[in-house]
Amino acid sequence: MVQKLTTLKESPSQTAGPYIHIGATPNWVEITGVWEEDLGLVLVGPDTKGEQVIIKGRVFDGSGTPLKDALIEIWQADADGLYNSPEEKRGKADPNFVGWGRQPTDGITGEYRFETIKPGRVPYKDGRPMAPHITFWIVARGINIGLHTRLYFSDEEAANAQCPVLARIEHKHRVQTLIAIRGEENGLPTYTFDIHLQGEKETVFFDI
Amino acid sequence: MSDQGSFYQRDRNWHPAAFTPQYKTSVLRSPQYPLLSLDNTISEMTGPRFGHNKIGPLDNDLIRNFAKTGDPIGQRIIVYGRVLDENARPVPGALLEFWQANAGGRYRHKKETYLAAIDPNFGGCGRAITDEEGRYWFRTIKPGAYPWPNGVNDWRPAHIHFSVFGHAFAQRLITQMYFEGDPMIWQCPIVSTIPDKAGIEQLIAALDRNATLPMDSLAYKFDIVLRGRRSTMFENRMEGN
Repeated sequence: MVQKLTTLKESPSQTAGPYIHIGATPNWVEITGVWEEDLGLVLVGPDTKGEQVIIKGRVFDGSGTPLKDALIEIWQADADGLYNSPEEKRGKADPNFVGWGRQPTDGITGEYRFETIKPGRVPYKDGRPMAPHITFWIVARGINIGLHTRLYFSDEEAANAQCPVLARIEHKHRVQTLIAIRGEENGLPTYTFDIHLQGEKETVFFDI
Repeated sequence: MSDQGSFYQRDRNWHPAAFTPQYKTSVLRSPQYPLLSLDNTISEMTGPRFGHNKIGPLDNDLIRNFAKTGDPIGQRIIVYGRVLDENARPVPGALLEFWQANAGGRYRHKKETYLAAIDPNFGGCGRAITDEEGRYWFRTIKPGAYPWPNGVNDWRPAHIHFSVFGHAFAQRLITQMYFEGDPMIWQCPIVSTIPDKAGIEQLIAALDRNATLPMDSLAYKFDIVLRGRRSTMFENRMEGN
């Protein structure tokens, strides 16, 4: 026998279940009057720096059916590549940009939608710049532990080609699963980012 | 504050696997490719922080925060505990959100169709932020067990859902709390996605008679553990832990 380590084990994950909205977005499921506004709905205000964009898409299961009960959270840097977090040691982020958002997928269409800004570049561990990206975290009934992935931008080809994280994807055709496609809606740029949980087009998910 | 290292790798054999056929919905919602291992970058080592100003005075009181005509029906309980990291250090300023069914096992949700009655005085949501020692508490009623469409006769044990934000997005966690002594825990296809019995036991809150309010409420203790961080070497010193 040897001495025992004193570390604890992380609490095991359990599925968010079909009713996560009760806790995460109660007003969205008509539980009103408990708190005024659901957290994470608004990322951008009139004073936020950067290019305003719309991020939208759907989450598909292995049969190609969109999930209508998922919840998506995003976490991203500001326009200068700084995170609005006490753990950010490189400088002070834009105080008018929280960088965190949360949206349910629509109960009928399955579409999610964030109004945010395009983030700046953030350095990798060795100092090389990563391409602009948004971290996604997806939970739902049937997902036993939250899924982490990243959105990259289709109009950042040069930066994407040099991104040290994208370079780690062995099967190069799978890089495309992380690239959101630029479009336009009422004069605002949109990026469509569909997430495939399973199947030929399965999104690259990370163990971070 | 000194720089800290990246987070300890998640023990994927301690958490449920993605594909757990006894929980049928996981079959088509589980990725089949291996996850791409990524040592934390700044994008994962940072995370949103929520101030106490976001929290209203009744947010941690599920007995009162939706009540219209009186108190909800059910066993009055207090749930309390600490949020710690794997180094057994408290995590202050962590946002916890919780949601649950009412005493009859019915959720207040537009897609919920179980025949048990809605309680007009119970919403089923609450939240709290941990104090400097990582402590939280809230008051609620004990949720009921309920049947769910999986097998033809599967039931969930009484449980409360928890969503936890630590200090970094790498720590983001959703889990469920169960109640000491409930035999249904060991019959549940969702509980059994956790491979290790000790892992399941980590999610069972202990009845704490010392923390009860006499003639008022029972009490359950539920500690939550988030991922811990490595120390870093700065010159010749270990920093961060």
